[in-house]
Amino acid sequence: MRGKGEMSEKRRAIWVFGDYRNYFQNRVTLQLLSRARDLAEKIAGEVCAVVFGHWTEEWVDDALSQNPTFCGVVDEYIAHGADRVYLTDHPRLAAYSIETYALLLERLARRERPEIILIGATAFGREFAPRVAKRLGTGLTADCVGLDINPEGLLVQTAPSFGGNLLAEIVTPERRPQMATVRPGIFQEIPHDNARKGEVVRVPLPEGIPGERVRLLGSERVSQRGRKLEDANVVVCGGRGMGSRKKFAKLFELAELLGGEVGATRPVVYADWAEHDALVGQAGKQIRPQILLSFGISGAIQHTAACNGARFVIAVNKNPNAIMMKRADVAIVADASQLCTALIQELKRRIR
Amino acid sequence: MLKMVVCIKQVPMVSDLPWDPATGALQRDLAEGMMNPACRSALEAALRIREAQGGEIAALTMGPPMAEEVLREAIALGADRGVLLTDRKMAGADTSVTSCILARAIERTCPGFDLVLCGFATSDSETAQVGPQLAEELGIPGVASVDSFEVTGRAVRMRRISDDFLETLEMDLPGLITVTADADSQRHVPMGGLQRAFAEADIAVLDAEALGLPPEKVGVGGSATRILNVYSPAAAKKNLVLTGTPKRIVERLLAQFDDRIGGAIGRDLKKGP
Repeated sequence: MRGKGEMSEKRRAIWVFGDYRNYFQNRVTLQLLSRARDLAEKIAGEVCAVVFGHWTEEWVDDALSQNPTFCGVVDEYIAHGADRVYLTDHPRLAAYSIETYALLLERLARRERPEIILIGATAFGREFAPRVAKRLGTGLTADCVGLDINPEGLLVQTAPSFGGNLLAEIVTPERRPQMATVRPGIFQEIPHDNARKGEVVRVPLPEGIPGERVRLLGSERVSQRGRKLEDANVVVCGGRGMGSRKKFAKLFELAELLGGEVGATRPVVYADWAEHDALVGQAGKQIRPQILLSFGISGAIQHTAACNGARFVIAVNKNPNAIMMKRADVAIVADASQLCTALIQELKRRIR
Repeated sequence: MLKMVVCIKQVPMVSDLPWDPATGALQRDLAEGMMNPACRSALEAALRIREAQGGEIAALTMGPPMAEEVLREAIALGADRGVLLTDRKMAGADTSVTSCILARAIERTCPGFDLVLCGFATSDSETAQVGPQLAEELGIPGVASVDSFEVTGRAVRMRRISDDFLETLEMDLPGLITVTADADSQRHVPMGGLQRAFAEADIAVLDAEALGLPPEKVGVGGSATRILNVYSPAAAKKNLVLTGTPKRIVERLLAQFDDRIGGAIGRDLKKGP
């Protein structure tokens, strides 16, 4: 899809898809709006949110509205960085539907010709975005951990592969829009700002939308106990350098303060300082957190290969030459257990 | 009788993956191949359906000539036949081009199919995009990341966990399902199975021309995205070393990285007055 001879009076637009269900657990839309603002500055562009759904009094009474600054999803997106919100509000859209939403976004994108479309890499987004990209005949980079604009004005999409052991910088040189999905927790949202103003564009539901060939029969909220470690944004990993079972247990307190999960190395699991489901390694789980704190771990390949998806690594070890220390962003030479205690104390002081 | 198509990818065996520690480059050609775990689960799901209600299973793969190995393995496990899509010109295909190639191959070699099964994602590129894009190319409905499903008549009922929601869905056939990797209860190749798979297997080999696809559209030339640079994050790390008393180290750590850590945990970690 390419604009032909169009007058470029219209500012280039960066769209962010409004993935609003599961709002409290997942603020990815707000995070992407924030990043979109940074990118928009570099291309003299504007930021738009796109929302499909059906708002009723029921929604207002939902958990979503317990947020004291809540003022409706649309106003929320404006307060968090959108210059404009395209909204299609219709009873037919009360539940997410891949087929219908893909059709709506395709039509809207063909009409408005955005430069970039960003979609959160939630389970929904990861299934939705490829369909939209296919319909628009454009490229899509999945699960980006970085987005930037290069000197040529192209969106540079940084994406991992091989469990994060490799990062690739990717561009979509010619097709438009440039599309990317981004994991929650990569970018930080801009604080809610009631003074921000934006435009709401109501887009009517098009006529003649085909019936859904996939129907949702039931939906129940559950917490995903199974994948907590693999999906955690922050992981606190401990090895034998923690010293004892009792000292290792402090890592759980640290993890809780950071809203993260605890992982362990094989020797620790064998010594019964941690459960087997905490094992981070070839025989256990692969992690890809934003922040990994690694306490008293030397860095055997079976473990490190499962951690290479971590964006920022803080390693603590008495031995400055341990492999984990050499491959960390920050290598702290100290007793792991003592450092853990000191960090817990300081975090308790600062976290309000 | 249910006509099933299972799409399988051969991926490098990660634990053996030779990394060049200096450049962080991956020496792919040295690595051995294996059937992608999620694709293995897709095949398993097809085999179970056939056991329960009969059917026919065709295994498809796109890759270099050595990818034929996964078709042999699939046949040894019970697939009826294999289709290998291979062509030097297909190198560098992105997910959209790949889904196009697979779609044309399915239309050509499996006309009248009922169900396409794919793994949710591959252990190498991990995009999870080919399944959904293949459904679009074929013009059929699709559901990704399904944990369990049953076929009844012309519909499939499925369960999956999607963003903290346990969903029960129903899809009309023909349709496509991508399946999460599940290591439990996977069968092993029966005695003599592999031997037979190498001696007698029915494997069709097709290139771009045989699929009726223009050669300049099937590889890197037909792809919308371009890779500028690949690097190993470990090799790129700056490695700041902190020493001193634990208390002082923590203060320095938070002074320098409060934004980074605070951003990841969603809190303000600035030192109070």
